[in-house]
Amino acid sequence: MAGAPSTPPPALEAVGLRRVFGPRRAVDGVAFALAPGECLALFGPNGAGKTTLLRMLAGLLSPTAGEARVAGRPIGEDPAVRARVGLISHHSLLYAALTARENVEFAARLYGLPNPAAAARQALERMRVADRAETPARRLSRGLQQRVSIARAMVHEPDVVLLDEPFTGLDELGARALTEALTALRAHGAALVLVTHNLGEGLALGTRVAVMRQGRLVDERSRAAVDDRTFAAEYRALVEGGS
Amino acid sequence: MSAAVAPSVLATALLVARKDLLIEYRTRSAFLAALTFALLAVVIFRFSWDPTAVAAIDLAPGVLWVIFVFSGLLGLHRSFGGEQADRAIDGLLAAPVSREAIFLGKSAANLVFVAAVQLVAIPAVALFYDLPVAGGELPAILLVALLAAVGLVAVGTLFSAMTVNTRLAELLLPMLALPFFVPVVTPAALATARILAGRPLAEIGGMLKLLGGFDLIFVVACTLAFPFTLEE
Repeated sequence: MAGAPSTPPPALEAVGLRRVFGPRRAVDGVAFALAPGECLALFGPNGAGKTTLLRMLAGLLSPTAGEARVAGRPIGEDPAVRARVGLISHHSLLYAALTARENVEFAARLYGLPNPAAAARQALERMRVADRAETPARRLSRGLQQRVSIARAMVHEPDVVLLDEPFTGLDELGARALTEALTALRAHGAALVLVTHNLGEGLALGTRVAVMRQGRLVDERSRAAVDDRTFAAEYRALVEGGS
Repeated sequence: MSAAVAPSVLATALLVARKDLLIEYRTRSAFLAALTFALLAVVIFRFSWDPTAVAAIDLAPGVLWVIFVFSGLLGLHRSFGGEQADRAIDGLLAAPVSREAIFLGKSAANLVFVAAVQLVAIPAVALFYDLPVAGGELPAILLVALLAAVGLVAVGTLFSAMTVNTRLAELLLPMLALPFFVPVVTPAALATARILAGRPLAEIGGMLKLLGGFDLIFVVACTLAFPFTLEE
């Protein structure tokens, strides 16, 4: 209707996402929408399809059916949409022979940032790893590699951040730096999807909570509707009993 | 997000090529392996050769191109192997750059790699087989080698991407790529033989055109096919 106020599209939206590998449905009809500043904590047992879902949301994997959208635009071949997404995987996504700075600066250049050197320095400082900027990635501990990997993923200040077990390998300092960086990104309107096995981490950051099992979202609700004292038992019942 | 402008195809290709060459310069793993293979092959061919049965000028072109093809494959296999470690390829593919630009960048780095091996292998073959390269032969052979390298690298880079996730990648890459190398290696070896035989350069004009034509076809076809190799 002319003149009606238009609702802004969700920051991130999954519409009936399905991915089939041979006879197996890794992701089967997943749908959700996140407004700017929201964080979906996604739980589920191994093999539930969480990583496959994240890869489709990042544009790394084409869905068999359905669509993933960022700010209303489909993710896929459009580089402008991919530029708004940051991916933190349980792999470091780093080149072992390049230094921490070179890895992050390479990402900054790929994202076309106007001052890649400064952006890389800031990202490394944010993750409190700037003092190891000139160390080759292969010589960094697993935890420091993870911090550099997070700096690489956030160097372009994405509107949507997809995180697959991002706290793995991080010490207390690294975990705090990551939590602060994610909180700051959310405050700036970024939407997050946090895949984790750690219920405490997920509940601490999530504004929405979802549980995935055998490729489907078997539970999705607001964080406010979750009782921390009973959630662990509810989660076990969902993934084991299959309610 | 800050005011970012996604890099052009050329800028992306240069970024990727520079990154690959920097990694190779730091590790030198592929170059040293290819160079060692090339020099060992030159020596082995030299000592298994009966100069009374076959003239050096007849044998050398074949030796040269066997060495180029197989030493090149060693480097091409590692082109995407390095991207798989820690899934760095995911970071590359998630970036707002075209897949075609990534292919061109990796091909450009591979071309530099193959050309560097050729720069050492050609004088080594000339030395061991006492080839007449003091006149205009060397620049002509280098031109043929460079033209052939473009086609070999385009095909090799594509198949490297296709096979890297397979269990038998080191076997599959040569099996798939070698048949496609034939249209490039055949005119290149013939042109090399004619150059070494001291025939007029005008005689190899047709072969150079053929090499250029195959280069164009392979570069365009492989660039367009590359995005499909990345689908899981």
